[in-house]
Amino acid sequence: MPYNFHYKWRKIKSSIMMILSIICALIAIIPLFLILFYTISQGFSSINWAFFTQMPKPAGEPGGGMANALVGTGILVAIGSLIGLPVGILSGIYLSENSSSIFAKMVRFLTEVLNGVPSIVIGVVAYVLVVLPMKRFSAIAGGVALAILMMPLITRTTEEMIKLIPHSFREAALGLGIPRWKTTLFIIMPAAFKGIFTGILLSIARAAGETAPLLFTALGNRFWSTQLDQPIASLTVFIYDYAKAPFDNWNRQAWAAALVLIILVTLINIIFRLVTRKRYA
Amino acid sequence: MISLIKNLKEKITGQQVKTVNNASLAASYSGFRIAGKNLGDFIFENITRFFAFVIFSLVILMAYEMYRQSIPSIQKFSWGFITSTTWDPVHDKFGALPFIFGTLFSSLIALFIALPLSVGIAIFLSEFAPRWLEQPVSLLVELLAAIPSIVYGLFGMFIMAPWLRKTIEPFLGDHLGFIFLFKGPPYGLGMLAAALILTVMILPIITSISRDVMKSIPDTQREAAFALGATKWEAVKVVLTGAKSGILGATLLGLGRAVGETMAVTMVIGNRPDISFSLFEPGYTMASVLANEFTEATSDLYISSLVEIALLLFIITIILNAIARLVVWSVTKKYYKVM
Repeated sequence: MPYNFHYKWRKIKSSIMMILSIICALIAIIPLFLILFYTISQGFSSINWAFFTQMPKPAGEPGGGMANALVGTGILVAIGSLIGLPVGILSGIYLSENSSSIFAKMVRFLTEVLNGVPSIVIGVVAYVLVVLPMKRFSAIAGGVALAILMMPLITRTTEEMIKLIPHSFREAALGLGIPRWKTTLFIIMPAAFKGIFTGILLSIARAAGETAPLLFTALGNRFWSTQLDQPIASLTVFIYDYAKAPFDNWNRQAWAAALVLIILVTLINIIFRLVTRKRYA
Repeated sequence: MISLIKNLKEKITGQQVKTVNNASLAASYSGFRIAGKNLGDFIFENITRFFAFVIFSLVILMAYEMYRQSIPSIQKFSWGFITSTTWDPVHDKFGALPFIFGTLFSSLIALFIALPLSVGIAIFLSEFAPRWLEQPVSLLVELLAAIPSIVYGLFGMFIMAPWLRKTIEPFLGDHLGFIFLFKGPPYGLGMLAAALILTVMILPIITSISRDVMKSIPDTQREAAFALGATKWEAVKVVLTGAKSGILGATLLGLGRAVGETMAVTMVIGNRPDISFSLFEPGYTMASVLANEFTEATSDLYISSLVEIALLLFIITIILNAIARLVVWSVTKKYYKVM
């Protein structure tokens, strides 16, 4: 009977491995739920209307909000999008149209590399490129940092979304005598619009959640400021400052801001996945 | 007969390719043509090429500007910068070894925990999980990557570090204290906290790439294994052999992510520039020192040294990413061709 035993042992081993892999998956999901649970339980009590509409109060005084940080993040992301979107989308189009040229391959490679560059390094670059010449921290510097961060993401989604469009679309258009550029702009792009749009949302979500590149570019500001050449507040730097502060009240507000951020980011991510999954099907 | 069909096929496909690729044919109705192309095509292509060039030059500009800013520090300290342990802004003496050590140590520990976990999840997702379970589990794991790093930091600082200090570290110290990794008083904030947070943060990227690579292994491999009488796990081992280099690539990408991670690590690692192999002791990483000291840097040499750290970080991550991408690409390409 050794043969039979051996076979059984192999089957048992297979089952053990399967259970181990399930355990791995469970272990990975636990932190996600822990983080969501604690963010909600710690942050929810501090969320009210005033939190969104009021300015930060001086230390020790209860209440206060993060209106300036919300607006600041909006402005920073807007600057980032303004610079990052055209570059990202158009170079994405270039990559999908000339996918096999050597230059395109190099750019694609550099896009991947840029995507892997730590955000703090991008912050340093923005500091060197914008803050040093301007001699002050500013919203523009923060926006530039976010733009550099968004570019590779947008380029990649644009290229991938365009590639999902069946080749027959292009052939049909070209067959009707429509020039290439019109085919791309008016046939391919509308067809790929949904995917590209959600991709853009995704990159905006990532930019809005970044802290490191803003620390020494936009710096942060406890007062109301919408001037582009002045330091500006942002949601993430607000969380960082309030988390480090020794006041319970501030710590709770940091959690509340984190809750707002996490809801924003998770929603956008789920939408992105739903939209792209339909595309693949 | 066969050659005739082949000939015909070539003729047809050849023509098809021509009509698709030769835009001038389609565009020959409009008057202006430059370099054999319709004017609109010419302009459009060059505009998009210009923006692609922007990305290209941006990467080079980044490297050049950081190099230019760090020249004073490179000239003053040369190799001493990465071998010296003194970081003394008051006396303008800068050595980055503690930070390099902290970065590598925390990242490697994180990788050590994350790699088996991620491969386990990838095996579950690509081999064992039924389809209805695979999608939501993938989504949950990938959501981990979407959580902003500042939120990880917040969680690590207020929830995980106290838990480590009160429960885990005393326990490890009591039972495994004879190992150098678990020596010293439990601080909570320190290397262990940083490594654990990093583990969770790099899990999704290693998992999703490993899963994709394993999925790209053609089913014929699994079927062949089953046909030879292999159990499910033995078939998985066959798949793993094929996916090995892809998983290596995923690991390198994860390492790149861990090395550059800033906020979460800065908030939990304790920020003390010491070199200690104990997981309980506070440490400091290259990214954290940038986050903490950049705004305070007053002297030119100080800023220059910090920029040099950023440059080192840039170079490390570029090398890691480049190798990883090449490895992953070569694997998936190989099998896409088979399919």
